[in-house]
Amino acid sequence: MNDMTPTREQREAALEGMGCKRKRVEDIRFTQGKGNYVDDVKLPGMLHGDFVRSPHPHARVKKIDDSEALKVPGVLAVITAETLKTVNLAWMPTLAGDVQMVLADGKVLFQNQEVAFVVATDRYAADDGINKVVVEYEPLPPLVDPFKSMDQDAPVLREDLAGKTSGAHGPRKHHNHIFEWTVGDKELTDAAFNKAEVKIKEMISYHRTHPSPLETCQCVCSFDKIKGELTIYGTFQAPHVIRTVVALIAKLPEQKIHVIAPDIGGGFGNKVGAYPGYICAAVASIVTGKPVKWVEDRIENLTATSFARDYHMTTEIAATKEGKVTGLRVHVLADHGAFDACADPSKWPAGFFNIVTGSYDFPTAHLAVDGVYTNKAPGGVAYRCSFRVTEAAYCIERAMDILAQKLNMDPAELRLKNFIKTEQFPYHSALGWEYDSGDYHTAMRKMMETTGYAALRKEQAEKRAAFARGETREIMGLGVSFFTEIVGAGPSKNCDILGIAMFDSCEIRLHPTGAGIARMGTKSQGQGHETTWAQIIATEIGIPADNIMVEEGNTDTAPYGLGTYGSRSTPVAGAAIAMAARKIKAKAQMIAAYKLEVHEDDLEFDIDGFRVKGLPEKFMSMKDICWAAYNSVPPGMEPGLEAVSYYDPPNMTYPFGAYLCVMDIDVDTGVYKIRRFYALDDCGTRINPMIIEGQVHGGLTEAFAIAMGQEIRYDEAGNVVTGSFMDFFMPTAVETPHWETDFTVTPSPHHPIGAKGVGESPNVGGVPAFSNAVNDAFSFLGSTHIQMPHDFWRNWKAAKDLGAVA
Amino acid sequence: MAKTHVTMKVNGAEVEGLVEPRTLLVHFIRENLGMTGTHIGCETTHCGACTVDIDGMSVKSCTMFAVQAQGSDITTIEGMANADGTLSALQEGFRMMHGLQCGFCTPGMIMRAHRLLKENASPSEQEIRMGISGNICRCTGYQNIVKAIQYASAKINGVEFREAAE
Ligand code: FES
Ligand code: FES
Repeated sequence: MNDMTPTREQREAALEGMGCKRKRVEDIRFTQGKGNYVDDVKLPGMLHGDFVRSPHPHARVKKIDDSEALKVPGVLAVITAETLKTVNLAWMPTLAGDVQMVLADGKVLFQNQEVAFVVATDRYAADDGINKVVVEYEPLPPLVDPFKSMDQDAPVLREDLAGKTSGAHGPRKHHNHIFEWTVGDKELTDAAFNKAEVKIKEMISYHRTHPSPLETCQCVCSFDKIKGELTIYGTFQAPHVIRTVVALIAKLPEQKIHVIAPDIGGGFGNKVGAYPGYICAAVASIVTGKPVKWVEDRIENLTATSFARDYHMTTEIAATKEGKVTGLRVHVLADHGAFDACADPSKWPAGFFNIVTGSYDFPTAHLAVDGVYTNKAPGGVAYRCSFRVTEAAYCIERAMDILAQKLNMDPAELRLKNFIKTEQFPYHSALGWEYDSGDYHTAMRKMMETTGYAALRKEQAEKRAAFARGETREIMGLGVSFFTEIVGAGPSKNCDILGIAMFDSCEIRLHPTGAGIARMGTKSQGQGHETTWAQIIATEIGIPADNIMVEEGNTDTAPYGLGTYGSRSTPVAGAAIAMAARKIKAKAQMIAAYKLEVHEDDLEFDIDGFRVKGLPEKFMSMKDICWAAYNSVPPGMEPGLEAVSYYDPPNMTYPFGAYLCVMDIDVDTGVYKIRRFYALDDCGTRINPMIIEGQVHGGLTEAFAIAMGQEIRYDEAGNVVTGSFMDFFMPTAVETPHWETDFTVTPSPHHPIGAKGVGESPNVGGVPAFSNAVNDAFSFLGSTHIQMPHDFWRNWKAAKDLGAVA
Repeated sequence: MAKTHVTMKVNGAEVEGLVEPRTLLVHFIRENLGMTGTHIGCETTHCGACTVDIDGMSVKSCTMFAVQAQGSDITTIEGMANADGTLSALQEGFRMMHGLQCGFCTPGMIMRAHRLLKENASPSEQEIRMGISGNICRCTGYQNIVKAIQYASAKINGVEFREAAE
């Protein structure tokens, strides 16, 4: 060995594998404006489509007159439900087993619903055309309040379901009822409540909000009549699923549909579902024989595609005097809008809401969810969460604080008392899930120590006393939140979407020079997959991450996968990468054994190649093995070095975290100041700490927006009053607090590299932390629960209602 | 609709085109000039994704007509790299400090930060936060964007960049 021989550390560092803060490869193009987003796609002869939308929330469509529109220069076609009926596409299936109008068929059910699609030579002409389409409506009474939707005299919204007593998820109780879903042991839970020493009951609402990624939903559809092939570029979080859905509903052979998701400007769940724009652009391309682009504008995005939450959760906890929880009972009223279009695995009508027992050892629990229709936009997407876990976490974290208040206990102490203990993992929850691993007490104690929790409580007590003496008008709140996520959907035994099992996939192909490509069933929307996937491969097979190109989003080249949402990429596709890499490594070992003339078992993997055990100088690098794989493999072995893995996880993963928000509120103005926000996340093995931290910052900022002001609101007449960034709270750098991040590492025992996923944790854990801080601030004035979002006005109103302001 | 002939300088090169009086500048840049780095997130002056630099000012190009830009000198994200093709201090800062995720807001952020640093080469954290408050980012939470701008500021001023302790 000479001085030039790299050390082990240098060899390891050169790989830029797992655990390293590798800088993102994506950024080289993004920082130069060289990303390629859907709106950047320009095809020869491309046309533009845009929607005529309903001003009414509920109305019969008497007549659509497109004659004047067709005279507008540049306008080529106006597509209506009648046009779509000729190709059987007037209605489409939703991901939740319901059906949805593509264009208004007979009546409209929410404001801004798509009524007609105008196709023109450019966006301006399409817009001119829209203004000339005359639609005659007969307004019908709107149904806005979900609590009134099952009244006997409530208007019938879904005439297509008239007389149907059962839906996709069982019996329907009323003409506006979608499903009832119950889980848990009712008798046992009722018994626990009957003998409970202490009980709490509260209606906890999680208001309607919206993911609103900076790039809206859009697509370019191009039908080639000669080849009979349809190419769709789109903002798709799950490109393969979109291809299958298109094949099923358009009755085109699946191999003749090419779905391409290029760079995506944020998704957050907004880009999972299928929207009328995609169908109309595809039909328009078939009708006109030209490529058709559809780009949603911001108002359309906020008012017509995929809202989130809108869960009204009546929550009860039974406990002992000492604060040991003995039972949980939750009833949810879920407002799904006009069509049940939530993105949930088929078997779970309310997603993974049954993780509602959270991080606590509830011996028994019972949950019932009623879904109802209203005259609002459809959706119910999992906005930066996996299938309603955000609502569940908010529900239980708020309820635990309310219980602590009733018991006159510290909320952190109450949690420590009820946590599932480390030795209880794998833990079977009362509502049927098996948690993989966790160390909650350590995480909570680390949070309390790092933030100086005890001193903060002392300061709060002093401030309260000063407030009582009239020396200050400021009140202080400490928002504790501890959450357990359920991510990585999912095991095919539990999870499918429209019957497609939720596995994920990776194909790795190494080239002779020791470089390679990995193709994936996932699709990054900013999570940095091109960077982190290569890091997993680097560690697993010893090829530098820089030598691995990661490709996603092309259904022609990528193996079938279920896409990126619900923090499933790392738990599912991350495992597929490791498994594919291990197949390659096994073959590489055989090649190395042949070349080094030893038995395979005499070799050990050593960072970037194989070494003969006990003979350190007999070493063959992965780079050399790649070359050998293409010219001198053992007799009888196929040349090449590639592998594919379709990974069906044995279980979900359960990341967790402990958060603390320190907030001051001025009672006379309602103005709040977030003094500190500390977030400790445990997502198992950490692949790229820089990217994890970035994801946590982003998720916390979205949580902050939701808890402190962001809401999709409707007035009594069914008008959306929050249809632009003017009135839908979007935090800027000025309002956004400073984030402190921290971590513990509890690997998942069943994941090949122990990783659990982190993307949505900060949103799931963040919202209750903010809300608990506000509620904690006001609690000493006698309130138990104040509904979100906690904007300045609501804070002031709460202070006034509690008598703190004259 | 009758079209108007416009000329302007974009990233140092004279360009021209025929536009309707109502054509937005952002559409002219993206569609006519084919420079798609300037993005559209709202078309209502709220998000800043479309920010470009016009005659020494940050301007949201979704709320200006192309005809209003007649004769002006415009810089877009495509004109931000160094002459030798390497990343400029700001672009490097965004990459080094992980100041972006989906990258959709990034061109607008960089264009705004570029003007901010021209006006104030050593802004405080508060000045940076205020200075970019016309630009929305949905992914990052701004903290690393602030650091990216501090990194660039240090580099431009030839001083060593030190991350503030958390
Ligand atoms: S697109 Fe111009 S500010 Fe949003
Ligand atoms: S990085 Fe996605 S909007 Fe800023």
